[in-house]
Amino acid sequence: MKVKAVAKGDAVSVKMLIKHPMEMGRRKDAEGNLIPAHYITEVTVKYNGEIVFHSELGPGVSMDPYLAFTFDGAKAGESISLSWMDNKGQSERVDAIIGGT
Amino acid sequence: MTITRRRFLRTLGGTLASAALAVTIPLQVFAKRSDEAFLSGSLEEAINAKYGSLPIEDSGQIQIKAPQIAENGAFVPVTISTDIPGATSISIFAEANFSPLVASFDVLPRMHPDVSLRIRMAKTSDITVLVRAGDKLYRATREVKVTIGGCGG
Repeated sequence: MKVKAVAKGDAVSVKMLIKHPMEMGRRKDAEGNLIPAHYITEVTVKYNGEIVFHSELGPGVSMDPYLAFTFDGAKAGESISLSWMDNKGQSERVDAIIGGT
Repeated sequence: MTITRRRFLRTLGGTLASAALAVTIPLQVFAKRSDEAFLSGSLEEAINAKYGSLPIEDSGQIQIKAPQIAENGAFVPVTISTDIPGATSISIFAEANFSPLVASFDVLPRMHPDVSLRIRMAKTSDITVLVRAGDKLYRATREVKVTIGGCGG
């Protein structure tokens, strides 16, 4: 997962790009077999242990999901923790340092 | 290294315990997810599964930024923001998709009610955004023309 978190005044803008196939379970491979659904179901971002962002995704989100949001009350140099989980129970967690402008 | 009976049993026990854990965790997580809403095949069913039968009213206080024409339906950039006071949840639907509910965001206390993402659109249709505030839903729609559908065969 690639993360860019930038503080501007009191607000921090967070952009993330997650490498994931986001298979919707309706495509077929070259032999005509259905490719099973495999997609991220949940993305959570925490700051100091507090959840500041929580979203539920479905297979309608594009491959390699890009998500961006802004939250208040953090400063450059502090860190946030981002995590996702998919429908097969796979997950990833990344810590990112908030940069300044 | 010889395999004693004790060592064998201990290893076996550990493996079984971690297998049990791996099975339990995802189930607990799925329980609170609005799975039914994401699997619903029509816009109305998806809205009902997600929000129940809350009253819906059209609103000019929801902004949807999306291209008028998307050449590739596999990657349609969308930005949604709202200035409805007390908003707690934002959901985005692509009406012509096999499952219309695309994503749903909680609006948490520190978070700005403003999110961006890229979505799949099967064909030309309306993007519908619902914002929940209190026991009411507010709706805005915007049409996106899709040249090449983004949901595969």
